[in-house]
Amino acid sequence: MEQSIYILALPLLSFITLALIGKKLPHKVAGIIGTLSLLATTVLAYVTTASYFLAGRNADGIFAEAMPYNLTWLPINETLSIDLGILISPISAMMLVVITTISLMVHIYSLGYMKGERGFQRYYAFLSLFTFSMLGLVVATNIFQMYIFWELVGVSSYLLIGFYYTKPAAIAASKKAFIVTRFADLFFLIGILIYGYYMETFSFTPGETALAAAGTVLPTALMLMFIGGAGKSAMFPLHIWLPDAMEGPTPVSALIHAATMVVAGVFLTARMFPLFIEFAPGVLHTIAYIGAFTALYAAIVACVQTDIKRVLAFSTISQIAFMMVALGVCTGSDPHEGGLGYMASMFHLFTHAIFKGLLFLGAGAIIHAVHSNEKSHMGGLRKYMPVTHITFLIACLAIAGIPPFSGFFSKDEILAACYAFSKPMGLFMSGIAAMTAFYMFRLYYLIFWGKSHYEEQLALYRSGNIAHEPHKPHEAPMTMTVPLVILAAATCVAGFIPFGEFISSNGHAYAIHLDTKVATTSILLAVTAIVIATIMYIKPGRRITRVVKVVLREPIRAAYHRFYMDEAWLFVTKKIIFNCISRPIAWFDRHVIDASLDLTAKGTQWLGALIRPLQSGNVQTYCVYLLSGALMILLLLLYLN
Amino acid sequence: MNILLLFVIIPLVMLLALWGCRNLTQVRATMVTGSTALLALSAYLTVEFISLRNGGNSEAMLYCDSWSWYEPLNICLSIGVDGISVAMLLLSSIIVFTGTFASWRLKPMTKEFFLWYTLLSLGVYGFFISTDLFTMFMFYETALIPMYLLIGVWGSGRKEYSAMKLTLMLMGGSAFLLMGILGIYFGSGATTMNIHEIAALNCIPTATQYIFFPMTFIGFGVLGALFPFHTWSPDGHACAPTSVSMLHAGVLMKLGGYGCFRIAMYLLPQAAEDLAWIFIILTTVSVVYGALSAISQTDLKYINAYSSVSHCGLVLFAILMMTKSACTGAILQMLSHGLMTALFFALIGMIYGRTHTRDIRQMRGLMKIMPFLAVGYVIAGLANLGLPGFSGFVAEMTIFVGAFEVNDIFHRTVTIIACTSIVITAVYILRVVGRILYGEPENEEHMKLTDATWDERFTVICLVICVIAIGVAPMWISNLINSGVGDVLVNINR
Repeated sequence: MEQSIYILALPLLSFITLALIGKKLPHKVAGIIGTLSLLATTVLAYVTTASYFLAGRNADGIFAEAMPYNLTWLPINETLSIDLGILISPISAMMLVVITTISLMVHIYSLGYMKGERGFQRYYAFLSLFTFSMLGLVVATNIFQMYIFWELVGVSSYLLIGFYYTKPAAIAASKKAFIVTRFADLFFLIGILIYGYYMETFSFTPGETALAAAGTVLPTALMLMFIGGAGKSAMFPLHIWLPDAMEGPTPVSALIHAATMVVAGVFLTARMFPLFIEFAPGVLHTIAYIGAFTALYAAIVACVQTDIKRVLAFSTISQIAFMMVALGVCTGSDPHEGGLGYMASMFHLFTHAIFKGLLFLGAGAIIHAVHSNEKSHMGGLRKYMPVTHITFLIACLAIAGIPPFSGFFSKDEILAACYAFSKPMGLFMSGIAAMTAFYMFRLYYLIFWGKSHYEEQLALYRSGNIAHEPHKPHEAPMTMTVPLVILAAATCVAGFIPFGEFISSNGHAYAIHLDTKVATTSILLAVTAIVIATIMYIKPGRRITRVVKVVLREPIRAAYHRFYMDEAWLFVTKKIIFNCISRPIAWFDRHVIDASLDLTAKGTQWLGALIRPLQSGNVQTYCVYLLSGALMILLLLLYLN
Repeated sequence: MNILLLFVIIPLVMLLALWGCRNLTQVRATMVTGSTALLALSAYLTVEFISLRNGGNSEAMLYCDSWSWYEPLNICLSIGVDGISVAMLLLSSIIVFTGTFASWRLKPMTKEFFLWYTLLSLGVYGFFISTDLFTMFMFYETALIPMYLLIGVWGSGRKEYSAMKLTLMLMGGSAFLLMGILGIYFGSGATTMNIHEIAALNCIPTATQYIFFPMTFIGFGVLGALFPFHTWSPDGHACAPTSVSMLHAGVLMKLGGYGCFRIAMYLLPQAAEDLAWIFIILTTVSVVYGALSAISQTDLKYINAYSSVSHCGLVLFAILMMTKSACTGAILQMLSHGLMTALFFALIGMIYGRTHTRDIRQMRGLMKIMPFLAVGYVIAGLANLGLPGFSGFVAEMTIFVGAFEVNDIFHRTVTIIACTSIVITAVYILRVVGRILYGEPENEEHMKLTDATWDERFTVICLVICVIAIGVAPMWISNLINSGVGDVLVNINR
């Protein structure tokens, strides 16, 4: 376990190196430094995880948490101090694998994708910073350490979204992402303050006496912490930053905004799960309802977007919501009795990270080939990009829940947990799973099937209607296709991992078994949805598609504009906070508070001006004053006597 | 000889040496030598102090000495330091040192500028080492007067107006302060001016405390930018030359917080306890109001001046919470704000020196034109919005956790209100960063501008290192401060 410190040290070191001297290094060297250090980190993470699980279960039949490092960073008072350290538990070990794997793939992929970009070294420096922060977050020994790294992943995300800092959309998106998540973090912080005060510790396992005395305080604190998690994990209505965050380079979207950072909220909830389930089941169910609504909302919006990265972004929101729902529907800590959702959620987190990372990297390869995010510039690409096509199809099948791909297994467990919670919840989530299959295959057909945009353009060029010869789409270079293939292979096999052996709600081994009824229903629904998508989108301009477009014109428009959530937020921030609070305060400061001071000064000057004529410098006037003064005193004396 | 006296003697020698300087090189040599000596001295003092404390010396004040000045009024030159003053001395030395480099190319009348600059730092050092009410007040005034000339002569924009406004407001505060000091002196029986002796006597009648606590607190509060006495800050900073802004926001505003804690709270504990709620409300307003005003400003210096109002408000806010951790956080915030704001003002000065505008609407894409300064600005911004790894985070978190220890609905509410500043701060910082640094340069003139010179780079790097050092390894400085805070609070909670 001692080697685990290097899991954090290596990315940090590579960040510092690249940040300080990166500018002077050639692109290739910087990329190799970043990638190699991450390769070493990945190996270490695998070794750590393997040795952790191979060490076996303890006498209670669970994998005991290991804490190889924990030191006091900042003592605050007699009871509270902020500690930094490393804590390996089943879920953090799993996260170590996920983060390092996806990050390594992204590092390799970016060597090709970002080739020749201005600021290549900076890009790798930020990637290292992000990996360091994310790893620090999952191995946190206490909630405050988690908050520290929580903020650091936030800033790495800010820096990477704004990587193309000359692009106005990227600037706005980075700002929005940071401020929205920061707003959620405010609640997280308040939650931590409450938690720390009443639990008398920041660690995840408070003392018995403090817990017994907590009452309603603990649920409040946990709810506030969840709001922080909802911000990072893009739960409605705090989701608005995630679609815009797609302005960053695509590999960044794959790493941060699909596989790792956005699941931090799920991880946080899972981390606090023992407290949730015992002291705040009500809060947990609230989370389930928020998650279910978010899943529906995001799925509807994803059905009508035209930018492929946005479709993927909304699909991410929807899938994370699935994980949240899975946690929320837990009613007990035994996986056989109401605790299945915990395992399902972590399983889905694991498989989703792989296939969603694959989808984004595939999307990156497509964007790289056609130089656009819009689906109208795509179509018919399967001929030109065979590797991307096959891997993308595998990922689509996985997310749609078709066996034997990984997504099927994890989603099935989630649905089983939902049905166990209540029938309506199960049906509701099954429906959303079907929608997922629909919008993913819509996306797939629009990109890879139908009329080729390139061929159309080429025809126009040949007939002399456009001046420039269009670029022929080409398959991505090796550095990009290799990660795609690796991730696709992982997608094919990940579902067969006996996940319950490693992670379950109470730590005991849980044998995953498919619920035939649930599995059949969901496969049937998914296949139906795929068939519908095939009918509608396999060729452009099908009559049914046109009919649907006409019949549902208004709902589609509203969904395309994401039900005007961004406008609502903009109204609050711009119109209310900026124009109705900030501006008036600034005005008040200048024109009331400051003006009253100026007025005092003016008053003094005016008073001075009033009595200044007395000092005219004219001797005769002085004589008059002197004599009249003397006379008055004389009269006064006479009168008094 | 007492090592603390050197903090006054070195500036005095510097003054004499500057007076005799014939050319620019000599002036620069004197300033660099002197400020380096001061920096080395305070670093040495810090190390010595920590090792003495670790050695088990737990007296309230170390290096104490006293010489009588004026017997009839019991005025002495009493000196001594505890953890808080050591930290403040270190901060002052860093700012004076970097400020020297920030005004490396200042013209005209360089020699005269540095004369006043050194006199100002003399006042600051004297204030932090004294433990005698009258001596403290004297040094306090010594620090204020040069500010008038430094802004009025070397400033920009409406400099005469701003210099006059700043000086008059601070002098008004001083008037309150003088009354407060006299009240304390006579209230405690007119036997001593030494603050520790007065604290030990603990004999000021409560009724007297009720009158003089607000006076003293407001007197120092004006300098600490307490709402509604903060309006000198935006105008003053906007017109001051770079290094003066640095020194003013970095050190001088700290005199306010330090005085509030060391004199108002320490010597008038009963009134502090009873009247704290009034000032807690005012400081909470400062925190949120300053941050909200900063959002809609368009002048870089105004943004930072209002940001200072917000951050210094947090200092006074934390002091008034009267818990050990909150007060430690307050002193940490003083340090952190001092360094961060000095860094900010240094960068703004450097940018202004090139673009000749501070209007954020007229700048764009500076990242491409002057990458070093722009990266520095981003770092300063991230530090300012309290990112972990920088000093601001440590200070703010200590304050919030400390403030949360006071278990009643009023304190909890104001703490939560104060917490919102972390979001508002992010808004105004990122707005500026997004506006002026990112994007494509629009102004043709700006394309020809150059990046930082060596002296500017040196200033920025020094300050960034300090901010990161505290942010990454806060334990030693927190322990250093904690010991001093404990001794003061014992008197309040008695």
